[in-house]
Amino acid sequence: MSTSTAYAAHTGLAAARATGLNKVYGEGETRVVALDDVSVAFGQGEFTAIMGPSGSGKSTLMHCMAGLDKVTSGSATIGDTELVGLKDKQLTKLRRDKIGFVFQAFNLLPTLTALENITLPMDIAGTKVDRAWLDRVVETVGLSGRLSHRPAQLSGGQQQRVACARALASKPEIIFADEPTGNLDSRSGAEILSFLRNSVRELGQTVVMVTHDPVAASYADRVVFLADGRIVDELHRPTADTVLDRMRRFDAKGRTS
Amino acid sequence: MYRTALRNVLAHKGRLLMTALAVLLGTAFVAGTLVFSDTMGRAMRDSYSTSFSDVSVLVSATGADGGGPTGGDDQPKERASLTGATVEQLAALPGAERARGVVSGFTAVADKKGNLVGQAWSARGANFVPDGSGADTRYPMAEGRGPRTGGEIALNRQAADKAGYHVGDTVRVAGNGAARDAVLTGVFTTDDPQVTSGGTLVLMDTATAQRELLEPGRFSSVVLTAKAGTTEAQLLDQARAKAPAEGTELKTGQELKDEQTRMVADSVSGMKTMLLVFAGISLFVGIFIIVNTFTMLIAQRIKELALLRAVGASRGQVTKSVLVEALAIGVVASVGGLLAGVGIGAGLQSLLHAFNEGLPTGSLVIAPVTVVGTLVTGVVVTVLSALLPAVRASRIPPVAAMSSGDQPSTQRGLLIRNSIGVLVAGSGLGLILAGANGEGSNAQHMLELGAPLTLIGVFVLLPLLSRPVIALVGPVLARVFGTPGKLARLNAVRNPRRTASTAAALTIGLTLVTALTVIGNSVTSAVTSMVGSSMKADYVVGMADGRELSTDLTGLVAKADGVKAASQVDNVWWDIEGVGGSRAIEGYDAAAFDQLVNLTMKSGSTAALGQDQVLVNDEFATKHRLSVGSTLRATADQGGPVTLTVGGVFERNDGVSPIVASNRLIESHDAHPLVQQILVKGADGPTAALKQSIKDATGRNPVMEVRTLKDMVDEFSRIISTMLNLMYGLLGMAVIVAVLGVINTLAMSVFERKREIGMLRAIGLERRGIKRMIRLESVVISVFGALIGVLLGCFLAWAATRVLASELKGLTTVIPYGSVLLFLGLAALVGMVAALWPARRASRLDILSSIKTD
Repeated sequence: MSTSTAYAAHTGLAAARATGLNKVYGEGETRVVALDDVSVAFGQGEFTAIMGPSGSGKSTLMHCMAGLDKVTSGSATIGDTELVGLKDKQLTKLRRDKIGFVFQAFNLLPTLTALENITLPMDIAGTKVDRAWLDRVVETVGLSGRLSHRPAQLSGGQQQRVACARALASKPEIIFADEPTGNLDSRSGAEILSFLRNSVRELGQTVVMVTHDPVAASYADRVVFLADGRIVDELHRPTADTVLDRMRRFDAKGRTS
Repeated sequence: MYRTALRNVLAHKGRLLMTALAVLLGTAFVAGTLVFSDTMGRAMRDSYSTSFSDVSVLVSATGADGGGPTGGDDQPKERASLTGATVEQLAALPGAERARGVVSGFTAVADKKGNLVGQAWSARGANFVPDGSGADTRYPMAEGRGPRTGGEIALNRQAADKAGYHVGDTVRVAGNGAARDAVLTGVFTTDDPQVTSGGTLVLMDTATAQRELLEPGRFSSVVLTAKAGTTEAQLLDQARAKAPAEGTELKTGQELKDEQTRMVADSVSGMKTMLLVFAGISLFVGIFIIVNTFTMLIAQRIKELALLRAVGASRGQVTKSVLVEALAIGVVASVGGLLAGVGIGAGLQSLLHAFNEGLPTGSLVIAPVTVVGTLVTGVVVTVLSALLPAVRASRIPPVAAMSSGDQPSTQRGLLIRNSIGVLVAGSGLGLILAGANGEGSNAQHMLELGAPLTLIGVFVLLPLLSRPVIALVGPVLARVFGTPGKLARLNAVRNPRRTASTAAALTIGLTLVTALTVIGNSVTSAVTSMVGSSMKADYVVGMADGRELSTDLTGLVAKADGVKAASQVDNVWWDIEGVGGSRAIEGYDAAAFDQLVNLTMKSGSTAALGQDQVLVNDEFATKHRLSVGSTLRATADQGGPVTLTVGGVFERNDGVSPIVASNRLIESHDAHPLVQQILVKGADGPTAALKQSIKDATGRNPVMEVRTLKDMVDEFSRIISTMLNLMYGLLGMAVIVAVLGVINTLAMSVFERKREIGMLRAIGLERRGIKRMIRLESVVISVFGALIGVLLGCFLAWAATRVLASELKGLTTVIPYGSVLLFLGLAALVGMVAALWPARRASRLDILSSIKTD
C-alpha cells in the first residue's frame, strides 16, 4: 500500500527516483533478494531518511540509486538521467557532477588539508570553485579556522563536517549520506544532523540519509521504512518517538513470525 | 605460535610473492655463479689435462717457449739449449717410449685480405713431426697431408674455415721475421684447448719451424713419453742426467697438470669473485624489499598481533612468529633460487657455446658448497632482514587490539635516524673530499672508505631527502596531471621510510651505473684529447701483439708512396744521476719530429733535437731544477756514460715520455732500443691508399697493424664500452630486484589505501584517474631513487677521476648528460612498468567493499 504512495508522492519534482528496482545477490541456493520491486522517489529540497532493520536493504537501495552498485532490473534515475545501462565512465561522471556522498567512516584523504578535501570533487572534475558558495558552506559547517588542518588533526565530528562540506561544495543535485552519525558521539552526531537539515532548509539541498537511529531519522522531513527488500511504510514530519514506535513493530513482527 | 606464523605465510601468499621473488633472484644469481664457474673450471681442467695425456716428462728450454706444447708466449731471447742431439739422447733413455722435439712460437695467419685471423695472443705455430707413414698422431689431418717443405703449411680447422682457406690455397703467414707465402697442404683437427677456444695454429716442417720461430737446430721443448712400467718420476731422473744442466727445466706430466689446475682455478676464481660481488649487490637490494615487506605486513596486522599479545603471547613469541614467517619464505625462495641458479648456470654454459664452439664442455657441476652456500645465504639474509620489523612487532601493546580500525598516521620521529645519517654521510663525504684533493694511494684509500660510508649515510637520510626532493616536482605533477598528479605526489611522501627503502634499491643500482659510466666516459675523452693533442701523425705502425718491430721496417715505411715523414719511436731506460734510478727516454727522428708530434714548448725549441740535445717536460724540469742548457749525466743500458744537454722544456704531455731525445743520440749509445711503433705522416693525410702502400711496403705482414690515431682511440673506447656493457648487464639483476620492490610497495599501498581509493571512485575519479595516480606515484618514487643515485654516482666519479688524474694528465670529469638523462628516463619507465599491475588492481577495486574496509 505505502509503496505506491512513496512513489506517487513526488512524481513532479523528484531529484532521484527508483521504479520497480530489483537487486538479487548470488544464484541458486545462495540467492538473496536484497531489493524486491522497490519504487520510491526523493523530492527536490527534501530531507529523506531511509530506515529499516539490519538486512532490510536500506544501504543497497541507496547504493543502487547513487550509481555505486548495479541493479538487477528496474530503473533508477538521478534528475532526468537513467542510471541503468550507463557505463562505468558515465556513472563516474554522474557521481562526480550530480551526487554528493557522506560516509559513515568519514573517508577523507589523510594527505590533503580540510580545504583540499572539500574541493576534491571539483579538482577532480577540473571545474572552478565557486568561492562565495564555498565560504558559505565552510561557514555553515563551522570549519573556518581549521581549513589548513589535516584530517588527523581534527576530531571525528570535525572530520565528518569536512565530509559534509565536501558533499555540498560542488552543489550536487542530491546528497546521499550512509549512516553519517554512526561513528560519532551523540553531540557531534546532532551537530551533523542539524547541519544536514539546515542545508536542506536554507540551501535548498536534497538529502537522502540511511540510518538505523530513530533520533537521526527524526531530523528528516520524511522517513521511508524498508523491510525484507520492500518499502513497507513511510512517515512525514517524524519525531524520534513515532519512528521508534514504527521500528518496534518490525521487532515485534520479527519475533512473532 | 608457529602454526599461526605459517598460516600467515599461506594467507599472505600474494603479498609475500615479491619478497620471495627478490630473495629467489638474489640466490639464483649466487647459485648460478657458483654452478657456472665450477662447471667451467672442471671442463677447462679436463680439457687441459687431455692435452698432457702423452706427456710423461717435459724438458723445456727456459727463456724459450716454456709451459709445454701449448704454453706461454715468451720470446726466445736467450739461446735455446735443446738441439736435435738432445732429442736423440732423450729418446734413447731406457724408460722413454719416444721423445718428441717441439718447436713452438708466435705465428700469424693472414686472411685473404691480408688481415690477421683470430687474436694475436692465440696465434701460434709449431712443428709437424711425421712418423714413418707421414702422419703425426698429435695433429691428425682431416684433409690433405702434413707440410713437408718450407713452402708448405697445415692449418687447424677453425682457422681455415674462418679465413675461407682450402687445401691448395696460398696462405700468407708471419712468424718473428718477415711475412711469407706458403701452400696449404692440410687441415687438421686438435683438442688443444688453446686452439679450440678460437686460436690459430700453423704447422710447419721442423726445419722451417726452427728457422721461423727459434733458431736452426733448436727446439723449445722435448716431450718424453714413458714406457709401460716406468713411472714419471723414474723417467724424470733419467732425463735429468742427460738433459743439458743449463737453461732447461724438467717437469713431469703430473706437475704440468697440477700447474694447469692451479692456473685454471685462479682464472675461474677471479671471474667467480666478480660475479659474486654483483650477486651480493642484488641480495643487498633484496634486503630493502624484505625489510619493507615485513614492516608493512606488521603495520597491517597490528590488531592481529595485539590480539595475540592480549590473549597471552609473550613478546618473544611475537618476534619469533614473525621470524618463523621469514624463515619459511627464506627456505622456499632459496630452494627456488638454487634450482633457478642451476638453470642459469646451464643456460650460461650453452650460451657461451653458441658463441664459441671451441670452449671445453662438461657436465654440470653442482658442488655441495653451492647447495649449502645458496640456501644458507638466502635464509640468513631473509631472517636477518626481518629481525628489525620482528622486534618492532613485539613492541605492539596488547591494547592496540581494542583501538579503532583507523591506521595510526603518526610517524615516529626521524630525528635519531637523521642524526646518524648526517654523521655517517658527513664523515664519508669528508673522506671523499679529502681524498679527491689528495694524491697517491692514501687518497685512494680515503675514497675507498668514504664511498661506502657516503652511500650508507645517504640511504639513512633518504626519508629526510624524499620530501624536499619530491616537493620540487610537485607543481609540475599537479599542473600536468591534475588531481591524480597531486595525490600521487602526496602519497609518495606519505610514508618517507617506505618511499626511501623502495627508492634505495634503485639508488644503489643507479649510483654504480652512473659512477662507472662517468668514469669510463671521462677516461675515454681524456685519452681521446690526449692522443689528439699530442700526436700529429696520421698512422701508427705496430705489431698486433705489441712485440718489437724490426728496425729495417722504418726505412721501408719511410720510402712507401705518399709518406711525407716517418719516425720509429726508440724506447730506452737509462740511469740518470740525481733523479733516483732509471728513466724512460723516447727517441724520435729529429727531422720528422715536428711533423709527427705536437709539443707546446715553454722554453727552447724542438730544433734542439737535431743538435743531439734532449727535451724534458715542465714537471720533470721543475722537480729537478732543469732549464735550457742544464745537463744530466746518464748511463746507457748497454754502454758508457752519456751527458744529456737540455735543449727545451715542454708542457707535460702524456703522449710522450718526460724526456725526449733523437734516434741518433739514443742509437749512438744503445744499439738496440726497444721499438714498438713507427709514426707516419702522409702527404695527403690518413688515406686508404697510404695505408695500403705502407702495408705493401712492409710485405703485407698480417701481424703488422697500420692504424690511425682514431682507430687506436676507438679501440680503447670499445674496450671501455664493452666493460660498461658487461657491468650494466650484471647490475641489471639488481635493477630487476628493485623493480620487484616498487611493485611490492605499490601493491601493499593499494591494499592499505583501499578505502581512500573507493572514496575517490565514489566521488567521481575515473578508473583512468586511479591508474594514473598509482603510476605517477611509482614514477615519482623511482625517479627520486634514480636521481639520488645519479647525483651520488656523478659525485663519486668526480672524486675518483680527481684521484686518477695524478696518473693520467688531462683527466677531468666529463659527465655524459645524454646517458644520465637516459638513466632517469629509464627509471621513469621502470616506475611505469612496476605500476602496471598495482594500478590495474587499484582501478578494478569494488567501490562498495573498498569503502567498507576497516
